[in-house]
Amino acid sequence: MSQGYRHTVGSCTYQFENLAQLMAKATPARSGDRLAGLIAQSAEERAVAQLTLAEVSLTTFLNDALIPYEDDEITRLIIDEHDLKAFAPIAHLTVGDFRNWLLSDHATSEVLASIRQGITPEMAAAVSKIMRNQDLILVAKKCQISSAFRSTIGLPDRLSTRLQPNHPTDDVNGIAASMLDGLLYGSGDAVIGINPATDNVKQATNLLHLMDDVIQQYQIPTQSCVLTHVTNTLECIEAGAPVDLVFQSIGGTQATNDSFGFNLATLAEAQAAALSLNRGTVGNNLMYFETGQGSALSANAHHGVDQQTCEARAYGVARKFNPLLVNTVVGFIGPEYLYDGKEITRAGLEDHFCGKLLGLPMGCDVCYTNHAEADQNDMDNLLSLLGVAGCSFIMGIPGSDDIMLNYQTTSFHDALYLRRVLGLRPAPEFEMWLDKMNIMKNNGQHVLSGNVPGPFACSLHAIGGN
Amino acid sequence: MKKHLDSQTASGDRLGHLKNGNVVDNPWQTLRRYTDARIGLGRAGISLPTSAMLGFQLSHAKARDAVKLRLDTELLSQQLQQQLGEFSADFPHSPLVLHSQAFDRTSFLQRPDLGRKLNDASRNTLLNFMTQQQGDSEPEYDLAIVVADGLSSLAVQHNAAPFLKQFMARIHNEKSPSKLAPLTIIEQGRVAIGDEVGQSLNAKAVLLLIGERPGLSSPDSLGVYFTWGPKVGVNDSQRNCISNIRPAGLGFDDAAQRAMYLLTQARRIKRSGIQLKDHSDYTSRDAFVQRGLPKRSFLTKPS
Repeated sequence: MSQGYRHTVGSCTYQFENLAQLMAKATPARSGDRLAGLIAQSAEERAVAQLTLAEVSLTTFLNDALIPYEDDEITRLIIDEHDLKAFAPIAHLTVGDFRNWLLSDHATSEVLASIRQGITPEMAAAVSKIMRNQDLILVAKKCQISSAFRSTIGLPDRLSTRLQPNHPTDDVNGIAASMLDGLLYGSGDAVIGINPATDNVKQATNLLHLMDDVIQQYQIPTQSCVLTHVTNTLECIEAGAPVDLVFQSIGGTQATNDSFGFNLATLAEAQAAALSLNRGTVGNNLMYFETGQGSALSANAHHGVDQQTCEARAYGVARKFNPLLVNTVVGFIGPEYLYDGKEITRAGLEDHFCGKLLGLPMGCDVCYTNHAEADQNDMDNLLSLLGVAGCSFIMGIPGSDDIMLNYQTTSFHDALYLRRVLGLRPAPEFEMWLDKMNIMKNNGQHVLSGNVPGPFACSLHAIGGN
Repeated sequence: MKKHLDSQTASGDRLGHLKNGNVVDNPWQTLRRYTDARIGLGRAGISLPTSAMLGFQLSHAKARDAVKLRLDTELLSQQLQQQLGEFSADFPHSPLVLHSQAFDRTSFLQRPDLGRKLNDASRNTLLNFMTQQQGDSEPEYDLAIVVADGLSSLAVQHNAAPFLKQFMARIHNEKSPSKLAPLTIIEQGRVAIGDEVGQSLNAKAVLLLIGERPGLSSPDSLGVYFTWGPKVGVNDSQRNCISNIRPAGLGFDDAAQRAMYLLTQARRIKRSGIQLKDHSDYTSRDAFVQRGLPKRSFLTKPS
């Protein structure tokens, strides 16, 4: 165990009891850490904590577990699977040196990939705490992570979207209407993913068939997912439903995941079941995880660890299962964890950086709720920053308004904005489909066609539309 | 129901002169009959047209205002007693009005822990009630129904009473009668506070009705949470949730059917939450299952 950390500034000596407290106090301010009673008591204490954290050696994180090895299967996962050989090139560094190293010209995409398995979530969290927003963007941009199922996510200069056609009563035509809207705006290359209104195995099965029928009829190179509990998806697979991806919300402590009703073995079982269906065409990454700062505290399962470090530990869970998509739903949890646009923006950049550094196909649900101090302009800012950072995917929803989950996320239009200003393209397989369907021509400007493509026009005509 | 679209149309007309051929309309606006989602908004270049953009801003402004609206507990109490008049024998006491430890809206928003606990006065109210009821033995209830404002007092004010009317009709159709705890109304309450109320009232199960976070198109969405064996410290995986109960969302009849299903199943297996899967579609006997769900949408043709 640690003997605590001290730092003297002038005549004042600051004392930090242990590594968890030092990490928490070094974290840029946010309401969730205040709620947990972990936040620095003053701006100076925070700055001093950052100076102190910068002097901590990376090896400390291997010897001083923030949550005891005996108590937590995620700590065991992180420690047991740590790759000392990959760690060797950075083993001599302190957290402060590690920041310099990450920013240096030496840390190319290839080098970053080679040390990935030597970085623990806690190391990633620690260094992120002493990085400015531009540092988080620059290093994340250097981390190249791709994953694939029926489309390839995360290639350089690509931006994918999850088409999120939620409907408050899971009405099939209501869902299909949003799907059509999204597809005709070039959305859906990461996944077509529905949050069902009620966790119900029968309903999930119906929705899986609904999406699978559309994907097959229009030959769309993408995958579908019903975002239901992992045990429901297992039941769907056993009942013969067309399951592409296995979804689960995950947290960074065993107790958080207990409260979500699953453990690592559950995930492994579901992954194996879905792999046995053999439904991927260009790859076999089929797990879809969602995360978000504050979930551990919300479940009263944070062990005195700050919310951003808990979040990074969730990525430790995710990378065990070679996911297709990892999505930090950054502003969904509410103002008691991330109070306003500034805190949401910082958290989004931290999560994207930590996920990418650890090797995950990281996307972000750039979002806010109506009880947070945030608005569309805050989302424009974070969206643009994440685009520059090379974010793998974002959400796509009609007019930013999720009428089922009652929050605001990025619209189909938002994705097109980002693609246009930064010259980003959809996943290659999906791009070809958009071109073939005459939805969007890739002539450098991503110009949408003015007309409804033939096959979709037929379906519209059949129901008395235009 | 489609207010935001109407307001867009209205502002669209006013701003019609801005169109000038710079807005591309989407010819699938007719699909709006299937959903309140903001589909077919059209585009200026690849961006939102002015009317859709300003329509959104108006909706957000309304939702922000709704978050701050306070629950009128006196009115709610009247509403409940009126709507549940035919079940007055089940509720010999008027609703008990309670308050969490979050003393106002700001404290409620920033300190969810306070919203999960009753304040001292409310604890005394429940204690006194139980003491008064005590005869030869401690009173015991089959179910406690709790109504809390949560993030939308509007949801509770509009939808709690009509939902409960449907739910109580089903309780009455049961073979063996249930003994119900007095109704409770909680200001500045969050989901977990229902467990403390259920435990204090010595209830075998708790059904909590609470205002969900307001959406742009649904400022009045009601959520229902069910816990078997409520006690302080129960975690989320031990609860079942029915979401989005409102006239334009999940109807009162369907929601009551699902709630009754949860209660019936929980009585059988003596637990709730993740182990109690919502298979209500499989087993219910009325129109709810016969209506079913068509698997096929307008986008796909029969193969």
